[in-house]
Amino acid sequence: MFYREAGQFKISYASDQAVFPILQDRIGIFIILAIAFVVIPLTGNDFIINAVMIPFLIFSLAAIGLNLLTGYTGQLSLGTGAFMGVGAYACYKLTTIFPGVNIIFWVIASGFFSAAAGVVFGLPSLRIKGFYLAIATLAAQFFLEWCFIRIPWLYNYNVSAAIEVPQRELFGIIVTGPRASAETRYYIVLSIVVVMTWIASNLVHGRIGRAWMAVRDMDIAAELMGIRLLPTKLLAFAVSSFYCGVAGALLVFLWYGGAESTVFAINESFTILFMIIIGGLGSLLGAFLGAGLIYILPIILRFVPPELGLPLHAATVEHLTFMITGALIILFLIAEPAGLARLWQIGKQKLRVWPFPY
Amino acid sequence: MRAPGGPEVAVGDVLLSVENVSLSFGGVKAVSDVSFDIRKGEIRAIIGPNGAGKTSMLNIINGFYHPQQGRINFKGETRARMRPHDAAHGGIARTFQNVALFRGMTALDNIMAGRTLKMHTNFFWQLLRYGPAMTEEVEHRRRVEEIIDFLKIQEIRRTPVGRLPYGLQKRVELGRALAMEPELLLLDEPMAGMNMEEKEDMSRFVLDVNDHYGTTIALIEHDMGVVMDLSDRVVVLDHGIKIADGTPNEVKSNQAVIDAYLGVAH
Amino acid sequence: MDLFYNIIIDPFAQMAQAPDLLAQTLWEGLVGGMLYALIALGFVLIFKASGVFNFAQGIMVVFAALTLVGLHTAGVPAFLALGLTIVVMFVLAWTIERVVLRPLVNQPDIILFMATFGITYFLIGFGEFVFGGDPKIMITEALYLPKGSITYKAFGGVVSLQRLDIVAVIVASIMVAGLGVFFSKTRIGRALRAVADSHSAALSVGISLDQIWVIVWFAAGLVALVTGIFWGARSDVSFALDVIALKALPVLILGGFTSIPGAIVGGLIIGIGEKLGEFYWGPLIGGGTDAWFAYVIALVFLLFRPQGLFGEKIIERV
Repeated sequence: MFYREAGQFKISYASDQAVFPILQDRIGIFIILAIAFVVIPLTGNDFIINAVMIPFLIFSLAAIGLNLLTGYTGQLSLGTGAFMGVGAYACYKLTTIFPGVNIIFWVIASGFFSAAAGVVFGLPSLRIKGFYLAIATLAAQFFLEWCFIRIPWLYNYNVSAAIEVPQRELFGIIVTGPRASAETRYYIVLSIVVVMTWIASNLVHGRIGRAWMAVRDMDIAAELMGIRLLPTKLLAFAVSSFYCGVAGALLVFLWYGGAESTVFAINESFTILFMIIIGGLGSLLGAFLGAGLIYILPIILRFVPPELGLPLHAATVEHLTFMITGALIILFLIAEPAGLARLWQIGKQKLRVWPFPY
Repeated sequence: MRAPGGPEVAVGDVLLSVENVSLSFGGVKAVSDVSFDIRKGEIRAIIGPNGAGKTSMLNIINGFYHPQQGRINFKGETRARMRPHDAAHGGIARTFQNVALFRGMTALDNIMAGRTLKMHTNFFWQLLRYGPAMTEEVEHRRRVEEIIDFLKIQEIRRTPVGRLPYGLQKRVELGRALAMEPELLLLDEPMAGMNMEEKEDMSRFVLDVNDHYGTTIALIEHDMGVVMDLSDRVVVLDHGIKIADGTPNEVKSNQAVIDAYLGVAH
Repeated sequence: MDLFYNIIIDPFAQMAQAPDLLAQTLWEGLVGGMLYALIALGFVLIFKASGVFNFAQGIMVVFAALTLVGLHTAGVPAFLALGLTIVVMFVLAWTIERVVLRPLVNQPDIILFMATFGITYFLIGFGEFVFGGDPKIMITEALYLPKGSITYKAFGGVVSLQRLDIVAVIVASIMVAGLGVFFSKTRIGRALRAVADSHSAALSVGISLDQIWVIVWFAAGLVALVTGIFWGARSDVSFALDVIALKALPVLILGGFTSIPGAIVGGLIIGIGEKLGEFYWGPLIGGGTDAWFAYVIALVFLLFRPQGLFGEKIIERV
């Protein structure tokens, strides 16, 4: 009843090709953006903003990045953590060498360094496919991780091998460093994530997205149709790594406030991969849903049981997180490989015909 | 020979020819010293018993397989081997024996994917999906809709192809090949697995493509009735060797062909 | 010129100057390689017989070690604990196959690959929950495994071999040889190979698939246990994800996924290569190269010979 499309006729191909052709979808997006930009900062406390919303957005961005490569183009990558790290360290070096330049500019620019790394380590994709490629990306992950420790220049020869985020300002407001307020950081992260999501959406709905999906589904047929495999795959690696790099820079500069190489270890790669598996491969919405579920899960486990009178050790929370995550992965791969995004679509489908059963 | 009453298409010069082409995989010889040509505007059937090397032949023309010997002459240019990219850009499109649709996409997107070759707006506009990118998208959508109308698949354009029945999948695949506006269309067993009605529909589409768009067609087919009705000329392969080449009637009464199909030892 | 000398000439010069160190390094590499090979072996067994990708073999090794130590700490005598652990491993393997791998049997490898990471994650959480997250010490004494080392005067210097390592290599070699013979010479081994080739064909000649799979999973569990014991004895039993889940992959790439000798050769190449690389070339670039060496080797292999040393060439058909 609420979600019926009846009456919404498209009289031009342009409107039919729009990303959100249905009016209710457009209203939904508007409401979500309104909540994000207005409601949450007004009503949320520092904890919600700092410990939940900001990281949720950052991980969603990384998940989008990985989804573009793995979900849309079918190139499995286990190097996400390392590519995020490249972005973070690049941003650090850029801003410590050129402290006068706008930090947001450097955050975005660091994405290009990640993109370059992505292209280099994506070259094997010409000859290697499927899960063999994953092993190649493991080489990238472990090698880059090693670089983060063994190249002292990257962390400015700091004795502790860690990087500490310097204070930076934007129009007189402090945006990075320990004195930056949660709200400021939230708005910056939110804006960047919204814009980059919009760009990702544009890409996947157009010719590049179709080329990527063609490569994923049947690369031989794609090649015989004139889609050049290597440039298409390398573009996927580049764009994906760009997103992961920016996410990494945001992670360090607008959330953690500092980092060391362990932040970008193989565990990070797996976490993001699990986010997109559970959220839904090949779906931008899935990136958000998956990031939400995986990120919020330990938070829920930490705070809800005590409310219900069942206090849990911190260690137990960690163990349960691992177990539930692992179980969810298996469950989704068996039952609904298209993840939460597909469940959402099924839900929408039911909503279309509601209150009728079919 | 065409079914009587149908319009005749003027058949012209040689569009593609393969000369002394041989292909082997390890010890298995798939194609041995085969030569034939395809003329512009005609419908050429490639037939033969199973394992004769027909699909391998198409793969060679496409550039997916590279022959160890021989040459391919396409639109005046001679090559030792075809590259998939050159074939596609030169105007060769094809369908596959086991429908090779992009299962993660809708029918519409599959056919739109076929237009990729013709889409040129650069990356920057793609990022914004505005201006030239959007104009191009709409323009190509219009062309794709023409194909959708032609193949009568309007209702299923937004259906993910994995959910379509086999016959419709084959039609979508044909649509995707047509989206490339090919000069030469290679069809690998387009009627396989279809019932009588579906075969008639598909035959009509094949004829219409040839009449309407003037597309040259090479098709592999097992149904003799279809071959006789649709094709102008036929080439027969058996165990990788060409054993006959001519009009359907000539081939039908060729003893070697009859032997091959009946399995007479030679 | 200096650089060239440092990279190409000097390491070999060092090797020649101190052959005892070289021998020592080679030995360490050999032992490490054998353990990698054992993990890969468990995988090859299961894959060879049932066509199932079970990357969870790594976590099963850790689990075997943990169970053994846990039981013993709880008071169970060592060899009884050993027997019980085999049972536990068997049940675990059977459960994994039923619950996770069987429903996914027709999916592409990539899905199975990711599913086994799900299994790994789950078992890490479960293992830490049951056994606690702190590193454990393997019960080498209780199992009558030797301690200490033997020192040889050789190669102009001194080479020191841990007794435990020697036993490990011997046991591993016996297992490999035994399994190799089993597969090629015995009736059951033949049946296993038949099943690997074609389930339906094997069924049609009267081979019981379930029985075969029971045997295979039992063997894999046994291999996991042996690996767990020796690995745990050399370095404490812990949950380092990259080691337990992933290190076997380069070995499998090199050796092929279906070859038992391949697993050994692959393991040795990776193990020895890692050690040599780290010892002689590592210092040039800051050390710690064993973190990525195996994967880079695998990458190089994939680029030039994707099917590994012993695997079958992959041909794509349209």
